[in-house]
Amino acid sequence: MILELKNVTKKFGGVTAIKDTTFRVNSKEIYGLIGPNGAGKTTMFNIITGNYEATEGDIIFRKEPLNGLKPHAIVRRGIARTFQNIRLFKSMSVMDNVLIGFDFQAKYTYFESILRFPRFFGEEKRIKKRAMEILEYFKIAEFSEQKATDLSYGQQRKVEIARALATNPVMLLLDEPAAGMNPSETEELANLIKSARDDFDLTILLIEHDMKFVNQLCDKVLVLDYGKTIFEGKPADAIRDKEVVAAYLGDFVSHD
Amino acid sequence: MNFLEFMQQMVNGFSLGSMYALIAIGYTMVYGVLRLINFAHGDIMMVGAFLGYFGMAVLDLPFVAAVVLSVVGSALLGMLTDKVAYRPLREAPKISLLITAIGISFFLENIFNVIFGGTSKPFPVPAYMEEIVNIGGLTLPASALMVPAVTLVLLGAILWVLYKTKYGMAIRALAFDVNTVNLMGIDANKIIMIVFGMGSALAAIGGIFWAVNYPSVEPMMGVLIGLKAFAAAVVGGIGSVGGAVIGGFIIGFTEVVVVAFLPEYGGYKDAFAFVLLILVLLFKPTGILGINFDKSRF
Amino acid sequence: MSIIIRKDQWINLAIIASTLWFIWFASSHFDEYTVRILNNIAIFTILAVSYNLINGVTGQFSLEPNGFVAIGAYVTALLLLDGDAKSYQFDIEDPYPWVLALHANFIWALFFAGLFSALLALTLSFPVFRVRGDYLAIVTLGFGFIIRILAINNPEITNGSLGLNDIPEFSNLYWTGGIALLAVWGILNIVNSKFGRAMKAVRDDEDAAIAMGVNTFKIKTFAFCTSAFLEGVGGGLLAALLTSISPDLFTFFFTFQLLIIIVLGGLGSTTGAVIGTVLVIGGAEWMRFLDEPMNFGFFETPALPGMRMVVFSVILIFVMLFAREGIMGKRELKDLFKKAKK
Repeated sequence: MILELKNVTKKFGGVTAIKDTTFRVNSKEIYGLIGPNGAGKTTMFNIITGNYEATEGDIIFRKEPLNGLKPHAIVRRGIARTFQNIRLFKSMSVMDNVLIGFDFQAKYTYFESILRFPRFFGEEKRIKKRAMEILEYFKIAEFSEQKATDLSYGQQRKVEIARALATNPVMLLLDEPAAGMNPSETEELANLIKSARDDFDLTILLIEHDMKFVNQLCDKVLVLDYGKTIFEGKPADAIRDKEVVAAYLGDFVSHD
Repeated sequence: MNFLEFMQQMVNGFSLGSMYALIAIGYTMVYGVLRLINFAHGDIMMVGAFLGYFGMAVLDLPFVAAVVLSVVGSALLGMLTDKVAYRPLREAPKISLLITAIGISFFLENIFNVIFGGTSKPFPVPAYMEEIVNIGGLTLPASALMVPAVTLVLLGAILWVLYKTKYGMAIRALAFDVNTVNLMGIDANKIIMIVFGMGSALAAIGGIFWAVNYPSVEPMMGVLIGLKAFAAAVVGGIGSVGGAVIGGFIIGFTEVVVVAFLPEYGGYKDAFAFVLLILVLLFKPTGILGINFDKSRF
Repeated sequence: MSIIIRKDQWINLAIIASTLWFIWFASSHFDEYTVRILNNIAIFTILAVSYNLINGVTGQFSLEPNGFVAIGAYVTALLLLDGDAKSYQFDIEDPYPWVLALHANFIWALFFAGLFSALLALTLSFPVFRVRGDYLAIVTLGFGFIIRILAINNPEITNGSLGLNDIPEFSNLYWTGGIALLAVWGILNIVNSKFGRAMKAVRDDEDAAIAMGVNTFKIKTFAFCTSAFLEGVGGGLLAALLTSISPDLFTFFFTFQLLIIIVLGGLGSTTGAVIGTVLVIGGAEWMRFLDEPMNFGFFETPALPGMRMVVFSVILIFVMLFAREGIMGKRELKDLFKKAKK
């Protein structure tokens, strides 16, 4: 077990966005968070990444509580994320976007950068080499000097995942990675996520609407509805669960 | 200091606070709908004061007519700045909007400087406002009672608009989410324009009160008053109209009280608002009644 | 490190060498008026590239320069004037003994001017960078006023509204130009490092930057304090150039001019900031005619003091509305060479 949420509740004013949710993600698992719109999936992400503070409950990551840590500190502990609507740094090249992920791993100080100490050159060379390796893994190295936002949608998605991997995470949170992609791109992405899990030793937690994608990829799913957990288990069983089907009002049927 | 003197200072604080409150409302409402610190707002107040001066001293209008001219003129100017300078930048990075606002502010200050000259002009206060009223031994000019009274009436009117009318609901909805307003079938740009018009009209009245109290107007008067009124909006809780009024009174009273009780710090009068602003940002960034705009939407 | 010098390094070396040659040539050949304008351009280059770091590169709207330049000018003046010169000119109140005791040579005076500004910037960072929102702008705008109020109300330190006079005239083109060169080099080194990348990331998308593990509070504070340091140094150079300073010298117009410089040059581009400085400071000299009476032959306009400021603000609004990228956009000199190759 690598991540555990214990009795997490989140309230915004009077509205309960997440109600008493408990789940565990095991190491190397691909775990899906699903549910209709407004079910509290993205809120759950924001609680894990520290953007929101849980009203009640604990988040335990690698046996240590994450409560109260700043979002950037949680990234440094090994949880990286992507966003539902791709959010690349729009003035920067693909390479620079990925290099931001190495920000806290490049070991030189502000003064060493101003005065161009040897350590600056050594560290820059090291992180640029590693960034290039990640870009090559995602087969986007040829675009490294192009503006990231000039790439196609599918390529931008890859840059965003590459950028997240640059932070050297143990766990990767993907917020609707397949949104806006056509079936063949989705297929390619699913394979990429699977192989990245193996090659980078990752545990993956993802939010997704596309049930086919979830079925193909996830080892386990948690179904949320209006902040409540209504199902946890294998994705194939979820589709047969009465409560889940009711929550989606037959959404699954139309997707299949 | 005896009781009467104390009461005198209280009335002064109430009067000064009212003026800050009237100007702060415009800052807070624009911030609510656009998340913009409208640097030009203090200068709109200056224009309001100058229009009042212009109406009375140049056009020879009676006071009330000059006030109407000032309110209408300022409201139109506020809406015009939104339409010409801010609206084209709705999709632009925030910093462009802020720079434009500073540009408008500097433009208004200097164009009035060129037209009217940099020296302060005496404001022709109508005699009935300077009349001394005696209440239980307390002697006050009539204006010291009129300013808070008018402010309270205007505040009531603003709250009525915000909470009881369709446009008011749209303004409040816009402060949270643009989509809701579009769903209501209302043009967001129209709402923003109304907000600029309302805020500028109130600032004009604040400016005229200021001109009556100090009795003079000058092109740079909006800079410091505007800065303090913005501080008032943050202290009260930016985005909240009630908060702006509370913040206005807090800043007004602080200035009056410190000058009255600690005269050796009188030279720092203009710095108090700034110190309060820093303290609020440090310890309670949402202010007294604030709405939390802090969390970005993912 | 390799010993082979790359093409862009050749270009840099050529720029440095020709700047140094120009400083020498100008100091020995140009008349006093031209040298004064060149000194102004050098000092404003320092201010513009550092102001651009917080506004353009990090995207945090700030209105701080006049405040920190004032601080730097006062610190430098107090350190350069010796005890006798100070006790002689303090007319409003007698100076504090520690004020009389302050003394340092030019280089230390400039260093302390920068350091003091940077420490003040650090203190301001806590209230403004821990919260979201554009509070930096309003707090720095207020800060400029506070500095003026403090300078007027503490005549034991600042000689109040009379200001400080007879400051030794240490500044010359070698100092101003040399420090400008160092400032541009230092700023470019920051921009082309992980810190500069993080600053741009904060500007482009703060939430995404946080999601990459960037400590945005720290990055904004670094940018702000670096700007303040160089503005303090610039203020010190200015004090030692003008030889007398007073609270009214450092008005908001100072900041406004710098804002036009970096907007015109292209927010975020250090090269643009340098180009903007030359255009605006040179242009401001040329535009002095606007404030004076104008003779069109058949009729004469009266003198309109302040017309120049109106023109400046119209330029700023115009650039923001119709040419938001300015001259350089976010590009630097080296990007232009890259384009030329293709």
